Amino acid sequence: MLHRSGPEARAEDLLARAGRGDKDAFAGVFDIFSPVVMGLACRILRDPAQAEEVTQDVMIEIWRTADRYVPERGSAKAWVLTLAHRRAVDRVRAAQAGMEREQRARTLLPEGAFDVVAEVVEHHDEQRRVYRCLASLSRSQRVPLVLAYYQGLTYLEVAHALSAPVGTVKSRMRAALRQLRACMEAGR
Amino acid sequence: MTAEDDPHEAIAAYVLNALPPAEEAAFENHLAGCSTCTEEITAFREVVAELAAAQSAPVPQHIRTTTLKAITHIHQESAPRPPRTAGRRRPALVLAASITAAALLAGTTAWQYTEAEHARTQAAQARGSSQALTDLLVAPDVTVHTAKLTDGARAAVTVSRGQGKAVFAAQGLPAPDEGKTYELWYAFTTGDLHPAGLVSGDARHAPHLLKGPLNKAVAVGITLEPASGSKQPTSKPLGIIPITL
Ligand SMILES: [Zn+2]
Repeated sequence: MLHRSGPEARAEDLLARAGRGDKDAFAGVFDIFSPVVMGLACRILRDPAQAEEVTQDVMIEIWRTADRYVPERGSAKAWVLTLAHRRAVDRVRAAQAGMEREQRARTLLPEGAFDVVAEVVEHHDEQRRVYRCLASLSRSQRVPLVLAYYQGLTYLEVAHALSAPVGTVKSRMRAALRQLRACMEAGR
Repeated sequence: MTAEDDPHEAIAAYVLNALPPAEEAAFENHLAGCSTCTEEITAFREVVAELAAAQSAPVPQHIRTTTLKAITHIHQESAPRPPRTAGRRRPALVLAASITAAALLAGTTAWQYTEAEHARTQAAQARGSSQALTDLLVAPDVTVHTAKLTDGARAAVTVSRGQGKAVFAAQGLPAPDEGKTYELWYAFTTGDLHPAGLVSGDARHAPHLLKGPLNKAVAVGITLEPASGSKQPTSKPLGIIPITL
């Protein structure tokens, strides 16, 4: 992970320079990452206008805190998307009551859940790998992961939506991420 | 040890931002002393980033223009650089503070940003000046409760039942009229209201540790009162923030 090259290394370099106040470098960071931040925000919020606001907030927050980014602790992409996911989830929770989000989640179940996953996928190699790995999870692992990550549900809400014990949901999430990690690392 | 007792168990829910605030703060406390979890989280974040990166969406040009313009007015934080080997970070503090900030700032758009940043700076100063506040923010049972006030302002009350304390913070409170102040109240199921401290116009953006014991208060209220404060509210509350789960 520490030996990055090509676009990845460029993103790390730009983010580090942005952290030192380089506005041109920040423009580069914006161009690399704002489309994925926007994609994630659209997915979670399901409202382009709110997603645009979140994207703007996230990019400004990146500018403000870029100096905290430590390359040894992960890629620029992971750092940016961690921040973006948090913002989008906070926003959706503030905007929609838990019941509403759970209800929406329920309409995606039981048959629709995998479509949610399929919907993620566009036909690029990188994304096919994610899809393949998500598909390799058992349904009982995949569904809680998808509901939490893409719908902004807490694990308690996931448990409620699935009528599953909360402890079980928590441990399935861990099993899911471990399996996903193994699959993605094997595919490199 | 059952799965539910295992503190490492929450790791995935944490990475997915799927823990409720109190459990998130508790996990952060665990994380501060657990190198196993710290390493796994780094790896999980990379995996999860791939889930996000699987879909992008075009960003309108005006968002780019506004953002690049906005940053020219926005001060950058310089990262505190603790020694890499230091094991005594206090992420829970940062986290709990950011929960409150996030609750307050949800929906903040760029043009409000300077004000928001100002509020956060003051919050940081207030944290620095008050050990009690710091202790509260790192309490393992900390919960955060938010509500909209009548005038469009947003309020968050951070509570630790274990410590019997609560902190009030608001975003967008208008300056009170000359000779007036905001007053906070603890509300009880009996209908009793106990004064819980004043919030002056100047300090209305800073967090306030509520005065007096929390006891079994079920809500925190805020009213406008004469500058010296009142023993009982003399005006209609701007808001009541329930603080029970
Ligand atoms: Zn651990």
